[in-house]
Amino acid sequence: MPVNLPSVTVEINISHVARLARLELSDEELGTYGRQCRELLEHVARIQAVDTEGVEPTSHPFPMTNRFREDRVTPETVLGREEVLARAPDTEGPFFRVPPAIEEA
Amino acid sequence: MPFTTIAGAARALRDGRVTSVALAEQVLERTSMVEAQLHAYLTLDTDGLMEAAARADEDLAARKDHGPLHGIPIAVKDNMTTRHMETTAGSRILSGYVPPYDATAVRRLRDAGALIAGKTNLDEFAMGSSTENSAFGPTRNPWNTDRVPGGSSGGSAAAVAAGMALGGLGSDTGGSIRQPASLCGVVGAKPTYGAVSRYGLIAFASSLDQIGPITHRVEDAALLLDAISGHDPLDSTSYPGAIEAAGARLDWGLDGIRVGVVRRLGGAEAVEPDVEAAFDCTLAAMEAAGATTLEVDLPSTEQGLSAYYLIAPAECSANLARFDGVRYGLRVDGATTEQMMSRSRADGFGAEVTRRVLLGTFALSAGYHEAFYGQAQKVRTLIREDFARAYRQCDVLVSPTSATTAFPLGDRTDDPLSMYVSDVFTIPSNLAGHPAISVPIGLDRHDLPIGFQVMAPALAEAVMFQVAAAVESLAGFDTTVPFDPAYGLRGGVR
Repeated sequence: MPVNLPSVTVEINISHVARLARLELSDEELGTYGRQCRELLEHVARIQAVDTEGVEPTSHPFPMTNRFREDRVTPETVLGREEVLARAPDTEGPFFRVPPAIEEA
Repeated sequence: MPFTTIAGAARALRDGRVTSVALAEQVLERTSMVEAQLHAYLTLDTDGLMEAAARADEDLAARKDHGPLHGIPIAVKDNMTTRHMETTAGSRILSGYVPPYDATAVRRLRDAGALIAGKTNLDEFAMGSSTENSAFGPTRNPWNTDRVPGGSSGGSAAAVAAGMALGGLGSDTGGSIRQPASLCGVVGAKPTYGAVSRYGLIAFASSLDQIGPITHRVEDAALLLDAISGHDPLDSTSYPGAIEAAGARLDWGLDGIRVGVVRRLGGAEAVEPDVEAAFDCTLAAMEAAGATTLEVDLPSTEQGLSAYYLIAPAECSANLARFDGVRYGLRVDGATTEQMMSRSRADGFGAEVTRRVLLGTFALSAGYHEAFYGQAQKVRTLIREDFARAYRQCDVLVSPTSATTAFPLGDRTDDPLSMYVSDVFTIPSNLAGHPAISVPIGLDRHDLPIGFQVMAPALAEAVMFQVAAAVESLAGFDTTVPFDPAYGLRGGVR
């Protein structure tokens, strides 16, 4: 465990991150979230000072490997198309409808 | 006197001293008295509850007994899907969403004869420690309405504490069952990761989330947990082996139990003096009852909070990508698919969720993944190794559940870090995947409840509940004070 915690400066391009996260935020919101994220990251970045040489990461609390099931339809867990489409904001026939995915030139 | 325990109500149902309809009426009557002040429920299913209660009575009369939860009204946190009952996760983005299926835990409750009274309030997508992050307004603490109930399962904890259900389900990612149970003076247990199926639990951080019970008594928590746990083919992380029943050793006592005392768990510094005094008093009583205690240190858990606030936001940013305005939930129109998605998400998510999605997206982005998420997962291994070392000398580990009792509404909302520190004692068990339970042991000088945390190795729920039942009996704490109309629901200094 580290004795002296280094202070870490974190560079975060918040408008780029917001774009990656698909969040349309105002400039004011970007400023607030950017500052808060920077402060939180500077706090949690102290974790980088921990010596983890040769330590394996834990991705799952149990040493379980991939579990496979038979690839067959189980009617009791399959939702009907009508039931699913009924909850969608916009549909057309058997499809979900969205605005154009590609901007017009 | 109302029925306050599941076990007691179950006995009375079979002795013919009460009906399920009467239990449902008791819960509804209590709810009508206190809900306006507490706001514990997001959906109260009065009709569904009364119909299910009538069926439960008919079944019992026809000798179709579904077990200890038969005819018992239970409150379910609103991040578990309920067929034909609105499920919002406390978020505007899911407002009005009615799922077409039951979460496995909910289905198992129904199969066990339990009645779903309604859906309880929570911090949006379970992200928070005070239930103030709900898009539908905060829940208040039944012991003092100026105080938070804790979170994120604050609605279930407040509902159970105030008698608006006989038991509740919560979910715990970093302490979201145990901390509100502690602050509301009830019992709350997070099982071993994988013990309860996460199918139908709206995912926050998938490697940490677990569903568990909130009740007045340890015995009741064991009954609820045993009804919902066990392998589920619909959750690939569900534990496939047999697990000893949580309630198998409730009366085994403390004789010969080795208790490790972790005072600085998670790097905790300032524990309130009343919390520490109650904790020490309970330790002394445990020793007198035959337990041996040993001070232990888990130094790696000092990094627990940092590891958690990298892992949880990273996983949440991936999990919450599904809320995009296409298949369900809120849609805000835009000229392109991307604009529609970006507007729907910005409008639909509250500030805390937005902050964590941004933090997690950054922590996983190119160039930072290894330094942040990768390093946090390695620290998680170090924490598990610390626990493993401690469990070579101890059967269970104990700590306060929370360094403080219930804090005033608004106290920590302006400073995210001060809110995050609420969970230092509870986060390590999530990172290790181990079970942990909070048991109420007393009140502080402001008449606010204090919780005692018992932690155990993976799959050792039976030992954990054994110790928790002993602690409960030694503390002799009356959890039902908020039931008393004379005590009243109010704020201010008592």
